[in-house]
Amino acid sequence: MTFFNNATRIFRQNIREYGMFIALFVIMAIFSITTDGIFISSRNISNLINQAGFIAVLGIGMTLVIVIRHIDLSVGFLAGFLGAVAAIAMVSWGWPVIVVIPFVLLLGALAGLIPGFLVARLKIPAFVATLAGWLIYRGALLVVTQSTGTIIIPNDAFNAIGNGYIPDIPRVPIFPEVHKVTLLLGIIAIILYVFNEIRTRRNKQSYNFEVLPPDLFALKLVFVSALIGGLTWVLAGFNGLSWTAVIVILVALIYHFVTTNTVLGRHIYAVGGNPEAAKLSGVNVNRITLVVFGQMGMLSALSGILFAARLQSATTTAGTLFELDAIAAAFVGGVSAGGGIGKVIGSLVGALVMISLTSGMNLMGIDIAYQYIVRGAVLAAAVIFDVATRNR
Amino acid sequence: MPTPILEMQEITKEFPGVIALDKVTFEVAQGEIHCLVGENGAGKSTLMKVLSGVYPYGVYSGEIIFDGLAQQFRNIKESEKAGIAIIYQEFALVPEMTIYENIFLGHEISNAFGVDWNETIKRTNDILKKVRLNINPATKVKDLGVGQQQLVEIAKALSREVKLLILDEPTAALNEEDAENLFVLLRDLKEQGVTSVLITHKLKEVIDIADTVTVLRDGQTVGTLSAANGEVTENVLIKNMVGREIENIYPPRKPMEQGDIVFEVKDWNAVHPGLGRTILKDINFHVRKGEIVGVAGLMGSARTELALSLFGNPYGYKLDGEMYMRGIRVELNHPQDAIDERVAYVTEDRKSTGLILIQDVKQNITLANLRKLAQRGVVDRNAEIKVATEYKQSLDIRTPSIEQKVENLSGGNQQKVSVAKWLFAKPDVLILDEPTRGIDVGAKYEIYSLMNELVEQGMSIIMISSELPEILGMSDRVYVVSSGRITGELKIEDATQENIMQMATL
Repeated sequence: MTFFNNATRIFRQNIREYGMFIALFVIMAIFSITTDGIFISSRNISNLINQAGFIAVLGIGMTLVIVIRHIDLSVGFLAGFLGAVAAIAMVSWGWPVIVVIPFVLLLGALAGLIPGFLVARLKIPAFVATLAGWLIYRGALLVVTQSTGTIIIPNDAFNAIGNGYIPDIPRVPIFPEVHKVTLLLGIIAIILYVFNEIRTRRNKQSYNFEVLPPDLFALKLVFVSALIGGLTWVLAGFNGLSWTAVIVILVALIYHFVTTNTVLGRHIYAVGGNPEAAKLSGVNVNRITLVVFGQMGMLSALSGILFAARLQSATTTAGTLFELDAIAAAFVGGVSAGGGIGKVIGSLVGALVMISLTSGMNLMGIDIAYQYIVRGAVLAAAVIFDVATRNR
Repeated sequence: MPTPILEMQEITKEFPGVIALDKVTFEVAQGEIHCLVGENGAGKSTLMKVLSGVYPYGVYSGEIIFDGLAQQFRNIKESEKAGIAIIYQEFALVPEMTIYENIFLGHEISNAFGVDWNETIKRTNDILKKVRLNINPATKVKDLGVGQQQLVEIAKALSREVKLLILDEPTAALNEEDAENLFVLLRDLKEQGVTSVLITHKLKEVIDIADTVTVLRDGQTVGTLSAANGEVTENVLIKNMVGREIENIYPPRKPMEQGDIVFEVKDWNAVHPGLGRTILKDINFHVRKGEIVGVAGLMGSARTELALSLFGNPYGYKLDGEMYMRGIRVELNHPQDAIDERVAYVTEDRKSTGLILIQDVKQNITLANLRKLAQRGVVDRNAEIKVATEYKQSLDIRTPSIEQKVENLSGGNQQKVSVAKWLFAKPDVLILDEPTRGIDVGAKYEIYSLMNELVEQGMSIIMISSELPEILGMSDRVYVVSSGRITGELKIEDATQENIMQMATL
């Protein structure tokens, strides 16, 4: 049976890429059963995506850092600290949101350039340089929140970033219980996806490249469309698409485009694959290192904003362990510790896997102590999987 | 025929899209020196990986009989235990450890109190005598020369009572004297009953030392030749390896008019930034349009450092002197500057500094000139595919697809990808550093033909090489480098192996 044979062969060849999707699917299925469907409910999925947001953006940035064979431990408290700066700018200085957000993002980018400079120019190991950052930003966060403690953010527009949903078309009589704009966006996304896949396939065929056999290709289209459709339907059943989700999707799409289609992206992966060869091919390795750490800083700021907006406040412990969750998300998402390999979409899925674990175990009432152990085991399993499949 | 110590029967190993070994048969008789030869990509390395258990039993088909027993090695440890030792080009020694620690690493001699160092040193001395290495066993390996390190590797194998010693390109990094010593030792070990297999590209060595030769081509055994029957000659070997007779190793070139000077450096000096040591001293050097200039020199003569100092100085040497490109003075402070001025540099070590092995053929070919394929930073992927396909065809890069990862290609084809990358950068001056190192006769001929074609089109080539026949066969003019200075400049009519070697050792 050729269909079945083809399917097994292609599955084997692409097991690295499909692995994390399968892991996510399995985890979601298990929790849906063990929680009698509460896990897969509209409210919980919506909530879960909002919780994943501030880790997901860090995970996306961390992907690039690990791809160029470095690490950034400072992102968690940098996010916490910049979240507090945003809160202070709004509360104490009275700055409008529209100014605060770009200002904090810029601060983040500048903060990222510091370890970037230390690593690129002074050849200090990233682990040490960013561990110093971890300590410094943790202290800085305590300093700025010392006098006030938790800073409450009374700004609705800002808080909507972490808690709000995109507006719906009012007073349309069809589907009264469903968020119609979300549904519409989902349908558009499916159409764009299918159209793009068919175009890519035609293009590859014109160069006589190997493409999926038609039956498998159709299966893939149906599967992914069903996934997008299902997710949209679930979200539309609650409040619709959240602003957090919109931001994460935008960031992921931009990063996906940059990493796969631009000179900058290709140079980043070249540096990760073989820094010496990249340098001798005219790639400015120092500049790439700076850019990668700079974007990491900027996404740390974004993560801080998302987190502060979600809590509607800046707390003294904001950002604790974010860096480890982000690193875990990247590794679970298929980024290779050896450098040069890893996709941002993978890390996004990795973040969803990690948050699903937390959310599902919380719903099941599992003790936090065991939750850590399970998450650690999943991370270890992901890396073992990576090593085991690398030499196929 | 004497009893075989090793029989590999009908070995077949497939990779996605490639059959690396196709029913290969390989037999080694007890107590002989057996050479395994073949072009790059013929399957020699794969065969050895099957034998040593790097590819475990089950991922290949066929059977291995070693020392009278059918073997199913699952990893290197099992094959080592059976008495097979493979010594690779990259030595598996710990530089910071002493000779005796290295030799007994992994099978330390212990007594009631832990490692018995006295016994270890005593036995090390015995083994070192066997390999004729007269040196204090407490010397750290990092302080040894390459040849000595190789002897330590062999000693390590002997300490484990090896029955079959396999050496992969053992003389690639050795000078002639060390290589000669190695062969004397191998004959010695043969007397003592150790069977050796040599994988090598150097046909002279094969003729010199082999009792039996097995030739692989395209993943198949094409012949087994016996020295006793007088079958091991250069012509027979080449014919078997490439499946055709190559009359001339160096393809003929159309005679060319001497062009203008394209590239020149004057009073060029370089100092190592960290060590403060002078690397290059008073170099004066030029290349004309359509000329191949050979740069000859021994290892450590700073040939490669010279090339790097010209190619945008990526390692930050402190430079002094003047550089002219087409008569205009330039300063190249980064490889990108060099590329912009149309200088290209194909590195001597394609694996560690030339290619990105985990990326595909297409991405490697376009890397140095990706901007040309991009508009506002966005790469035109269709144009990229076209470019890569063109070079795949024009350089005859043998790969199932331009989307194949470079690490899956043979050495010769990897080298072609390296060259293709720099041709796509459209250079006027192409610096080739050891362009044919570790590639087979057939691929060498193709690279030489390509070089001729390029200079006929008006490119200038600087070819750095430690192989004198190659220098003599391809160059229009030769510079000889020794200890960071140019010690001689010869017209090709005046150059001989003898006078080059004499200048290289000044």
